[in-house]
Amino acid sequence: MKETILLLALTFFMIAIGLLLYRSIVGPTMPDRAIALDTIGVNIISAIAIVSIILSTTAFLEAILILGILAFIGTIAFSKYIERGVIVERKGDS
Amino acid sequence: MLNVKEILEWIAVLSVLLASIISMISAFGMIRLPDVYTRSHAATKSSTMAVLACLSGAFIYFWVHDGYVSVRLILGIVFVFITAPVSGHLVTRAAYRARVPLAEGSGDDALKPVLFGDEQTSPTITADNVDKHE
Repeated sequence: MKETILLLALTFFMIAIGLLLYRSIVGPTMPDRAIALDTIGVNIISAIAIVSIILSTTAFLEAILILGILAFIGTIAFSKYIERGVIVERKGDS
Repeated sequence: MLNVKEILEWIAVLSVLLASIISMISAFGMIRLPDVYTRSHAATKSSTMAVLACLSGAFIYFWVHDGYVSVRLILGIVFVFITAPVSGHLVTRAAYRARVPLAEGSGDDALKPVLFGDEQTSPTITADNVDKHE
């Protein structure tokens, strides 16, 4: 029963990721795609937590931290590129 | 019969189910809302809530079922809770400065004459906004 509920929750997260994938493909502007990709990363974190409950292992919990950090840094890079046109600003020349 | 362990495991599992339902609502908001700003409202707030509920459920489940207090899950909860609103704010700020237009039927845009001023805005809208805010 508990495992059935967990699989149902995993299915809901996968449906949410599919809808967000639609938004990140057809999104009219670039910030739409950035927000959709950030939310996809957050949903993948939740899905990893559910999978590690179902398999009753704690080996996947590092992946949660790594994905959180990667989603945050990726979103910051996207937003800086959208706002300024460059990611790494070099002072001085250019 | 249910003992305390069973009850806490059920609380964890139902918290995960609630998180998945909140995430579905967030995804439907991302599909149906009209422009970037309302979509970032849907994506940021409710998906932060969803991942908090899901990771808290996983933490309670591992604590009760295995007796394993996972510091990594606590770190993940704190990190996501700090960084998700920050990234939503950054993307929305970049979208406004990259001149993504607001949806039809949005209210009065008070930031536009302050930020862009005289450049590239149509003079009727600018005069209208300035009149309202003086």
